[in-house]
Amino acid sequence: MGYLVIIGIIFIRIFRMIVELRDPNIIMKLSRLGSFHQSKLSFLRSFLNEFKDWDYKRDKFELDENGFGVAVYSFKKKERVYSLICFANKIKDEERSDRVIATKWDAAFTLHDGVPLKKDIERLKKEVPKQEIGRLSYKELTLSRANKSIRVFDHVVERLSNGIQPDLNLLEKVGYLYRTTAVYGSGKFGLADRFRIKNREEINGPFRLEMMLVYLVRQFTFDQVNHVAEKRNPKSAVKLDLKICKNLGIGNSTGLGMAPFIVNHPTLLNNWILCRETALKKIREIKEVEIKDSNLFKECVRNSIKNITSWNTESEYQLIKIKDLLKDVRKFVNFIEKEFNFKKNYPFNEIYLWLEKETCEECIEYIVSIMMEPYNEIIQPLIKEMSSDEEKYFNIPSERTVEELRSILEKKYPNILVINFEKEANYKKFWFISKNKEEPRMADRFKEEGSELEQPLAIARDIKDLYTELLQSKKNLTIDKFLMENSHLRHVVRRAFIIEKFPYSEIQDNTISEKIIPIDMLRLKLSFFGALKFDPRSDKWLRICMFQGAPLPHELNNYDEQWVYKNHS
Amino acid sequence: MKSLSEIETTSKRASRALGFSWGESEEVGKSIRLLELFGFSGIKNLNDYYQKKKKENFQKIKLINQSNDPGNLPYCPIILGINFLDQIKKIEILQKCFFKKIAYPILLLPFLSRCSEIVGRKIFFRFDQSKFLLNFNMNISSNDFQEEFPIKADDIEISFLENKDSFSEMDWKNLYKLSEDTFVKESESLKKGAAGAGLTDND
Repeated sequence: MGYLVIIGIIFIRIFRMIVELRDPNIIMKLSRLGSFHQSKLSFLRSFLNEFKDWDYKRDKFELDENGFGVAVYSFKKKERVYSLICFANKIKDEERSDRVIATKWDAAFTLHDGVPLKKDIERLKKEVPKQEIGRLSYKELTLSRANKSIRVFDHVVERLSNGIQPDLNLLEKVGYLYRTTAVYGSGKFGLADRFRIKNREEINGPFRLEMMLVYLVRQFTFDQVNHVAEKRNPKSAVKLDLKICKNLGIGNSTGLGMAPFIVNHPTLLNNWILCRETALKKIREIKEVEIKDSNLFKECVRNSIKNITSWNTESEYQLIKIKDLLKDVRKFVNFIEKEFNFKKNYPFNEIYLWLEKETCEECIEYIVSIMMEPYNEIIQPLIKEMSSDEEKYFNIPSERTVEELRSILEKKYPNILVINFEKEANYKKFWFISKNKEEPRMADRFKEEGSELEQPLAIARDIKDLYTELLQSKKNLTIDKFLMENSHLRHVVRRAFIIEKFPYSEIQDNTISEKIIPIDMLRLKLSFFGALKFDPRSDKWLRICMFQGAPLPHELNNYDEQWVYKNHS
Repeated sequence: MKSLSEIETTSKRASRALGFSWGESEEVGKSIRLLELFGFSGIKNLNDYYQKKKKENFQKIKLINQSNDPGNLPYCPIILGINFLDQIKKIEILQKCFFKKIAYPILLLPFLSRCSEIVGRKIFFRFDQSKFLLNFNMNISSNDFQEEFPIKADDIEISFLENKDSFSEMDWKNLYKLSEDTFVKESESLKKGAAGAGLTDND
């Protein structure tokens, strides 16, 4: 049997090229992770694909002439129903803030498991608008709130009520009517714990219900703007053109709250990245690419340029990245149209190698995302692998030895182990939880107080400390005995045994360095959500747009899968 | 109602605030979540213990032996639980171990439940009159589901049970015989044609 396997491997190596997965020491650097873009693996796209044959319905729409009131939207299939309950409220202009410190919002939302009864809506009416200080129940799955883009919303109402469509230039600049400022799930504020719903087939993918909430909120914003315009001038009002609706998404303001998530969920992070890397590897290993697939790829790259040229930001940091990206994507288009021949063997591998040599990180990851477009048969099975049963990997294998642990660190953290944490610049920042809002924050430990309450997010520094301690311990000492004297390192011992099995579970960078750009961490997560047009407002928060160009609910059962690269301005 | 996610996060943070390391606090968070999931009063006992711990000292065990006596101060159930988890492969060999004086012994329960899963054996846990059977971290059976557990137990026993059937061979045979009534007796023709493999393997 053994020799047959060996012959098989030799056969494969001779007749089929094997591409290695990319090195985590390169891919897991923050600058690379902060260059990721949405792809076919992104959660909002896999959500649309999963729910495309569900029945969509607007069940309730009881708004007054100003658009305030309650609305309910649902997705239904067989006995399963998910209902979005929207509460639109009047707030003063001075109360409107995207920051997490806000206490009032133009609208608040919850996704309810099933059909809400009247008493559910009454209960939720008191709790949902209060957001973090309200209490939800196990019947609710996600919670969110959103504020109007006042200049766009008012403009659209004004125009529609006068019988004309809005100014497309203004819409293009903003891209949405509302932006959400937080979307909560998984047990927060009394919401259902994930274990209650994790076996449902339709949500076998991360953040699927969060994506559903945002998608249905988008529809609510169109219905609300049409309703207010019609009430203002019933005789002459027109509805917002469906093509314009489609080119609008939902904005989102995101701050540091998202950053610790990717550190605190190492196996989940691994699975997201591993799926992306596996997809790339498999695409590079395709020997002969069919013409229809190469054409689709080229078409997506060409069309995507419009996404870059319409990407608005005032951030110097992002403007430079966009400029480099645009320059390199144009260079790439020129390359594939004038110099490259898809008829040669392993064309995507050659393209990838060319990108590595000729373009910036942002462009490499941008094109890697587009490479996935023609290959449903590669991507669909991977989507099911993107969740993680984190509990399974929590226990520390304490019977292992110091020598084994040391070897894991040397293999898996080579770049981390050379960082000099004696230098102030390398441990200048610290992460903490704000007492006021119970949200993560970052500060300078040499200027601000509170570093004694630092959160365990300085993984690089703690791994280095662990390594130093291991060097001073006997090689054959077992981990249970090591931990008796070094319990302060227990959290990183656990992580080291996780990375042994999950190569992409760790950011290979220093998250407390003077040079850290936290929005790289946010952008990584948002790219997996499927966000477009990252617009950093500082190094700690940014705005994005979701579902811009996505099919509207009535189009879901027959839509163009490459909508991301088409239509929207 | 608080979600298990909230229970885990708050237990973890409270443990850190009281001086446990982040890694230990993670263990507490997971364990209190488990205790509440199994229907025992985890939050109440953890809170009571931590209030007391602010004022009093508890013994921190390191190496666990067959018989363990803390002297004057009762054992801290958290440190005991974590060390039990870490040393489980060695403790299992002892088959049984005994402790004198553990503070808030119910807090040890989830750590032992996790141990049962790790070693793949049922664990019997008794403190004073309360008895618990821990089944591979899948469930816990007990003679005691009271709200109030003692703040200290003086006499504690932990045993590793052999993996054996809970029924007699006769019970099994009788039930198996009944199950055979779902089988089809094979005719000669069925013997030849109903299985996938060939009748000879001389190729």
